[in-house]
Formats: sequence, C-alpha cells, structure tokens
Amino acid sequence: MSALIECRNLFKTYQMGDTKIRALDGVSLEIDAGEYVAVMGASGSGKSTFMNLLGALDRPTAGYLRVDGSALDQLTPEQEADFRGRSIGFVFQQFNLLPRTSAVENVALPLVYAGVPAAERRKRAMTRLEQMGLAERYDHHPSQLSGGQQQRVAIARALVNDPQILLADEPTGALDSKTSEDIMALFDSLNREGITVILVTHEQEVADHAKRQLVFRDGKVVEDRS
Amino acid sequence: MSLLASIRIALIALRVNALRSALAMLGVIIGVASVIVLVSISEGTKRAVEDQIASFGANLLIIRPGSSIFGGRRGGAGSATPLTDGDVLALANEVPGMAGVSGEVNTNATAVFGGVNWSTRISGVNADYFDVRAWVIDEGRAFAPAEESSGRRFVVVGQTIVRELFDGADPVGQTVRIQGQPFEIIGTVEPKGESSWGADQDDIIFMPLATARQRLGAGQRPPTRDPVSVIYADVAAGEDVDRVIADIEDILRVRRDILPGAEDDFSVGNLAEFIRARNETENQLGLLLAVGAAIVLLVGGIGIMNIMLVSVTERTREIGLRLAVGARRRDIRNQFLIESIVLCLFGGAVGLAAGIGGTLIYAEIGQLEIAVSPLIVGVAISASVLVGVFFGLYPAQRAARLNPIDALRHE
Repeated sequence: MSALIECRNLFKTYQMGDTKIRALDGVSLEIDAGEYVAVMGASGSGKSTFMNLLGALDRPTAGYLRVDGSALDQLTPEQEADFRGRSIGFVFQQFNLLPRTSAVENVALPLVYAGVPAAERRKRAMTRLEQMGLAERYDHHPSQLSGGQQQRVAIARALVNDPQILLADEPTGALDSKTSEDIMALFDSLNREGITVILVTHEQEVADHAKRQLVFRDGKVVEDRS
Repeated sequence: MSLLASIRIALIALRVNALRSALAMLGVIIGVASVIVLVSISEGTKRAVEDQIASFGANLLIIRPGSSIFGGRRGGAGSATPLTDGDVLALANEVPGMAGVSGEVNTNATAVFGGVNWSTRISGVNADYFDVRAWVIDEGRAFAPAEESSGRRFVVVGQTIVRELFDGADPVGQTVRIQGQPFEIIGTVEPKGESSWGADQDDIIFMPLATARQRLGAGQRPPTRDPVSVIYADVAAGEDVDRVIADIEDILRVRRDILPGAEDDFSVGNLAEFIRARNETENQLGLLLAVGAAIVLLVGGIGIMNIMLVSVTERTREIGLRLAVGARRRDIRNQFLIESIVLCLFGGAVGLAAGIGGTLIYAEIGQLEIAVSPLIVGVAISASVLVGVFFGLYPAQRAARLNPIDALRHE
C-alpha cells in the first residue's frame, strides 16, 4: 500500500522584489495513514510552506506531491477546493471561527460547501460538538466562548467532513499552558482513533506529543526522527 | 451552496452593519424612487393628453374659414367667406376615409324650465357631430340624419344643464323654452368636464343645425346662405390623415374658386397633432429627468461597489477560511454577488415604496390621475438587481480571486 502523503523533490520559490526565496528546497518524504507528525523549525524554515502545500492552499513550484490519492501539483482550482473540503481538516492558531455565527453553524460550514442537506449538516455538526464536550454551547457565538472552547469548535469543524488528515498550524499558540495540554490530549485521542495528525509547531512540548518529528531548516528537512 | 443559504448569509452580513448598509443603499433608494416618480408623472401627463385628444375625437380635423384677400389686403382670421352646409355635404360625400363630418353654428341663449333659467351656449350641429366630437349619449337619443333639416325643435343637453335646470333629474321628454320657443329634450350627453383651457364643456345645448339657424338665427352671415362657423371632420381609423387633409383642401379650393397657386382662404387643423406636438416637448423634459434619475442610480451603484469592496477587505480572513474548508471560487463570488444584489433589492424596495408615496402625493397636489404601472415597478426592481450585479461583480470577483494563504493570514 502506498503512503497517504508522498512528496518527491518538492520545491517552492517566492519572488520577493529582486530576490528569489527558496521556501522549500527539495523535500522528499512519505507519511503513512495514522501517523502523528510534528513539523518543526524556526520561522522561515519552510515548515508553514510545507503545510500549505499539503493542504492544497498553495502549489509547489516543482516536484511531485500526492496526498490521499490526489496529485496536488496537477489539480484544477475546482478540484483543489473539493480536495480541501474532503481530505483535509484545518486547525489554525487563531481558530478562524466566523464571528456572529453560532458554534454549530461554524462546525457545519464545510458541509455547506460539500452540498450536504441542512438537516443532516446540523446533525453531524452536533455529533462533533458533543464529541468535543460542547453540546450545551451549540448556540453560543465565538465571542461567548473561551479560547480553549473556540479551538475545540474549530477542531470539531475540521473533523465534521471525516477527513483523513488533520493539519494543525500552531494549534496551541494562542492558548495558556493548561488549555494547551487539554487540546493536545484531544489530538492524541483523535490520532488513536486513526486520524493522521500533522502539527506545525515551534514548541518542543507540543512536538513531544507526536510520534514522528520533522525538523525544517532553510527549506530542507534536516531531521526526521521517530 | 444553495441560493437560500447564500441569501441568509448576505442578510446576516448586512444586518451586522445595518447603518452602513442603509447608507450604502441610499443612492439606490433615491435613484429608484426618482425613476418611479418621474416616469409615473410623465406617464400620467401623457395619459391626460391622450384623454384630452380622445375627448376631442381621436382624429379630429377642424376646418375654418381663413383670411379674406382683396388685392393683397388680408382681412385676418375668419374674415373669408364662411363655409356652408354644401361644404359639409361635399366633404361627407366626396372624401374617402371619413368617419363623420359635421358643421357647427353657435349662439348664446337663456333656457327656461319651470321657474328656473340658465344662460348657456347653443350649438347647432349635424347628426354626425356626437360621434365626431366623441360625445356619448347618456339618456335618450341623439337626433337622426333625417331630423337635421326638419326644423323640429329637438335638443340634446349637457350635464350642466341637467344639473342647473332639472336638479339632476332625468330631463328626457321635458320641454325647455329657449328664446321663448319650446324645445323638446330627446337626450342627454355624458359629461366631459373642463376643457384644457378651463371652459365648462358640459354647459351646452345641442340642436339640429337647421333648427338653430332658423329658430334662433344662429351663425347667420349674409349674404352667404346656410353658413356654418366651423366644420369638424373625423378621419376613420387606419386612414392616412395627411391624405384626407389633402383631399379636403382640394375639394374646398374648387368649391371656393381658389386659383391654382393662390393661398388657401381656409385652414384644416389637426388638433390631435397639435396636442401631441406640444406634448413632445414635455416628453423630452421627462426623458431628461429620467436620464438624471438613471445617473443617480449609477452613483448609487458606485456607493454599493464601494461598500462591497470594504466588506470584502474586512472579511478577508473569513474568505480564506471558507476557501480552506472547501469553498470553490465561484461559491465566494456568488456569496458576495448575492450580498450586493440583496443590498440593492432592499434599496430598490424602499425606493419603490418612497416612489409610489411620492407619486401619490404629487397626484394629490397636482390633481392629476396617476397610477404607478406594474411595468415601471418591474423595471425599477430589475434595475436594482442589475445595479447589484453590475457593481457587485468586481468586488465579488476580487474576493473570489484571493489567495487562500494570504487571506487566512490577513490581519
């Protein structure tokens, strides 16, 4: 069986004025289904670029990238949108919940674009909120929730479409240490259930939760330890 | 994403910034309201004119004697030899495409019924007159062609006479005395109201032309025998009015012994043409105002575009998030396009209400019969949708073209 994520000779360059920046400089690796991976590195190391490519938020300049059966270097914008909705659940540092929108509607948002009927959207969103222990707060707006609760709503949203991969970009960056631990425990249990979890972080304690750590420097993977 | 869901999102977004949305709509509101008021007034005026034309008779020609000419000395309007019964007959028999022809002689006299008297205008006319001048018989009947020259003392009276002499009761069969002679009322005509110059058109008594001439001495102009002061002719529908006018001129020139090359000493006027021509300038003014209203609508659209661009910038992160959870570019574009259309439709609806209100107020003040036609309502609503699409497309496309990463990182 081939790997869930497979990349070979992945390059990404940005043009910044006169200078060309090599954000990714020939990355080749594989990640299997069910892995728990932390992507580490200083800012500018290329770790965020790598995440963006995995989530089809950006396109590689060169190289081969296949995620969950889709060759991401060859998708049309339409297919990219479908891929993001179907295969990936994103969790962001700033939660990125829609303001003035209830928790359950925030969770159901990916299903809106997946064309799921309203009644079923609500049912599935409620199930995920229950799983996060937030069932009673389904009609709260983000401003009425604590940071940890908001991040759990965001995780519920990432999971609502049953994706193969959870991509979390500094998921604890905006949380206090106690809440961070709760959130990390949540990722641990999700991984135990079989979801592939990939975290971008610069905190060693967060990375220690993962079973595999990829360290980026100057656009290259300099360490890959399990 | 379904249309209904998009509309709901749009409504939420607009409600969040209610004041800003309202201000953005203002241009569209004013634009739509002014379009409706101006077009309705212009339509109302046009209809009033058409009614006026219809009350004259749709294709009414008025034939009058003109100026006499003696060796270069022109006597002024009406100084030429009067038209006659013979002319009326000739026009009726010899001009094809004529729906009716009638001469008219007038005099003023006092009519008496019981103890009441009323000074009024007496018109001696031919039987065709009622059709030609679009008088509709209300009660009783008009006189028949055979009764025209019988000299019988029959009259048809206007509603003012019915009111003043009979207190509104049906006068048919009653006898009024005019200049001491008894006349039997055989019919009444429906009211026409005031003429465009303010005269009461219903203050009138009609009688056969020969009767008016013989009994009341109306229109006598010795030495001419059987003169009429004016001839009214009604061109049949679908006939070429200019051709009929030319025929009338030819016949009258022969009958009046006018040498080839000499000036006509009579005139054939086309009243409907005259009124339409006068109305043409009013139409142009209306058009100018409508263009002004359209410009207001355009400026309103620019306001919409401005506020939509602000909205897109403010919600950049939201757009990034939507793209990240599977929204296609067209979903984003449609969302903002629908928001813009909803904004404009709201503005259009408020403008519509204001426009109808304004029109009703104007109608009340101006004593004009104006109705806001469903057509203009449709036009106003589609215009607002169009403004929404036209001015919403650029911001919506800008939103749809955002790069998801940049959008997500937007502060």
